[in-house]
Amino acid sequence: MARLPNWARLPRYSGGPTRGLGQEAVPEAERQLAYEHQDERHEPGAYSTLQDAVADGTIEDVPPTEEELARMDAALDGIVLRSMTRVGAGYLLLAAVLGMGAASLFGAWLYQIFAGIGVAGINRPVFWGFYITSFVFWIGVSHSGTLISAILRVLNVEWRRPLTRGAEAMTLFSLMVGALFPLIHLGRVWKFYFMIPYPNVRELWPNFHSALVWDLVAILTYMTSSALFLFMPMIPDMATARDRTTGIRRRIYGVLALGWRGSQQQWHRLHLAMKVYTIVIIPVAVSVHSIVSWDFAMTTNEGWHSTIFAPYFVIGAIYSGVAALITVLIFVRRGLGLQDYITKFHFDRLGLILLAVSVIWFYMFFAQTLTNWYGGNPVDRELEHLHIFGAMAPLWWFMVVVNVLLPFFTLWFKRVRRSLPAMLVITILINMGMWIERFLIVVGSNVRNHLPFDWGDYTPALPEIIIAAATFAMFAFLYVALSKALPFVSLWEVKEGWRLDKWRTQGIVEGETEPAQEPRGASPPPSENRPEEVPA
Amino acid sequence: MVACYAENNIATVGEEQIQKDRGLHWIRIERYWKTEWPKPRVLFLPLLCQHCDRAPCEPVCPVFASVHSDDGLNLQVYNRCFGTRYCANNCPYKVRVFNWFKGEFPEPMNAQLNPDVTVRGVGIMEKCTFCVQRIRRARQQARAEGRDVLEGEVVPACVQTCPTGALTFGDLNDPDSLAARLAASDRAYHLLGFIDTEPSISYLKGLGAESG
Repeated sequence: MARLPNWARLPRYSGGPTRGLGQEAVPEAERQLAYEHQDERHEPGAYSTLQDAVADGTIEDVPPTEEELARMDAALDGIVLRSMTRVGAGYLLLAAVLGMGAASLFGAWLYQIFAGIGVAGINRPVFWGFYITSFVFWIGVSHSGTLISAILRVLNVEWRRPLTRGAEAMTLFSLMVGALFPLIHLGRVWKFYFMIPYPNVRELWPNFHSALVWDLVAILTYMTSSALFLFMPMIPDMATARDRTTGIRRRIYGVLALGWRGSQQQWHRLHLAMKVYTIVIIPVAVSVHSIVSWDFAMTTNEGWHSTIFAPYFVIGAIYSGVAALITVLIFVRRGLGLQDYITKFHFDRLGLILLAVSVIWFYMFFAQTLTNWYGGNPVDRELEHLHIFGAMAPLWWFMVVVNVLLPFFTLWFKRVRRSLPAMLVITILINMGMWIERFLIVVGSNVRNHLPFDWGDYTPALPEIIIAAATFAMFAFLYVALSKALPFVSLWEVKEGWRLDKWRTQGIVEGETEPAQEPRGASPPPSENRPEEVPA
Repeated sequence: MVACYAENNIATVGEEQIQKDRGLHWIRIERYWKTEWPKPRVLFLPLLCQHCDRAPCEPVCPVFASVHSDDGLNLQVYNRCFGTRYCANNCPYKVRVFNWFKGEFPEPMNAQLNPDVTVRGVGIMEKCTFCVQRIRRARQQARAEGRDVLEGEVVPACVQTCPTGALTFGDLNDPDSLAARLAASDRAYHLLGFIDTEPSISYLKGLGAESG
């Protein structure tokens, strides 16, 4: 009787060992099965047809043996560590191009510092332009990584395992990009430390009434905590990297592994710390984008001072963040050769989350627009007219099409969610739309005010365009550069998932019927360190 | 406006920057067309910092560059300002102006700079101060002589130079001053009063055909 191949167990445990194992490792019957179902690989559909076969009794559902698990571990470590250590010409070229893109940001910024902030296109009354738009956008993107990872962890969603690391890294990198903008937009950036409560002779403090000070505190908190959130579950992987590398790398990973030996106490502490931290970081993440929204909502400006802004911004941030996560994962999967671990199943699930979030976002957007319109405030009316029918109508309608209609009419379909090219296009369009949404809020509200004599207009200038565009290169550069330093798949969590699945399956079978125990007896007993690795 | 520029060392920015809405006028005359061409009738609204008692610009400044003085002025501390422009965004009257570039005073303009007023650098916010240097000088004079500041002793440059006497300056805390009496009159109103920023400046409703 054939055995249910491990790759068919994908939906249950994240990722399966079909590569790097060598053909001899796979029994003939299993290879035959893989051949018959080759079109359905990574497709949960295949899972269900195979499950039928399991129910019929034609296929046996036996979880991998300890020996197989060890081979799976080795294959995963091999793929991830190989991608970290191997540097090809294509990689260097990509890194060089992206690095130059990132450098152009600092070039344009230096020019602006020496020439004066006036080289940007901002004016009176549009005091904030591309910079603050980019700021809100990148802080928004940073949202999802940590939030999605934390929520999936709290809910114990098994398929999160190969995704969490990439998501958490995304948070940190986009925060690093986003946090530049409060500096870039300053008139006198060399005095930025005025905002920090440092001791000084005149006993001057920052103004804690100001939303910008809340912003500083929130972003620094979020940056610290998401860096820790990225680092903490990486400690065991650092130890793996330490044990599998040589030379200077070994020494660096040795330091980063903080003396990890994999003892029961260490695992216990890591699990406990992650449990607490995961829950704590969710309100932190929510508060950050609420505070970013209060930069606007706390003012007297029409189009800004809205009570719905905090939840609206948080949902908008999650929306663009999930979309960005999908975009990033498509590239990471391809670039690091993780096709067997980050599968179409994952994109299917992330696509569903994206669909749900897009609907909630539309609800917020609709509520905001409707109440503004119904309220009848002349400035609000004028703003909405400008957005929907006026000079900004192309932007507004583009946003409505790609952020409301496009996801709604595509993501319902499994075929779309499983098609990576389609998901790539959709998520990039969504993020273009979200960038425009932020632009319409930041600039689109500032061009009109109570005194028509002071109505204004905004045309971005070259340094602003370069800086706003270069952030994307910088974000990609951080990803590409650090892909050689950090394992972008959480090795131990994936391995833990495999074992959890194995024990779950065996535990259920053992407890249920006597005869079913018979074939299980052949497989070796669970490893001795089982309780250490997975405390119940 | 010219008097204001001369008194307060306001930099001129040139035609190109003015077209980008980057003029540094501390006071500007807003023109509103009551009737269109060919019989245009223009209403003038001189707009300067309203020195609000509940000024929206003050709480939003992260570094206390925008502060309130004990005599009700809304002050801008140039040294402290680092240019977030948040105050300007939150100003309902949009009377705050920003130094987008370093102000230039080419020869012989530099010779007429007012020594009592700081020349502002690049990247900071500025706005009408009610000619605070004149107020402070009068106050010091009065203190030295052991008396209160007298009615008419302080006159900002715009009030001093207005040929038709359209502007009045005085102590609102003194109910007998002309300014306080005018502000208490039935014709007085606050611009955008519904935002409730409690401005120090009151406008007087016009009477007759030429009025708004």
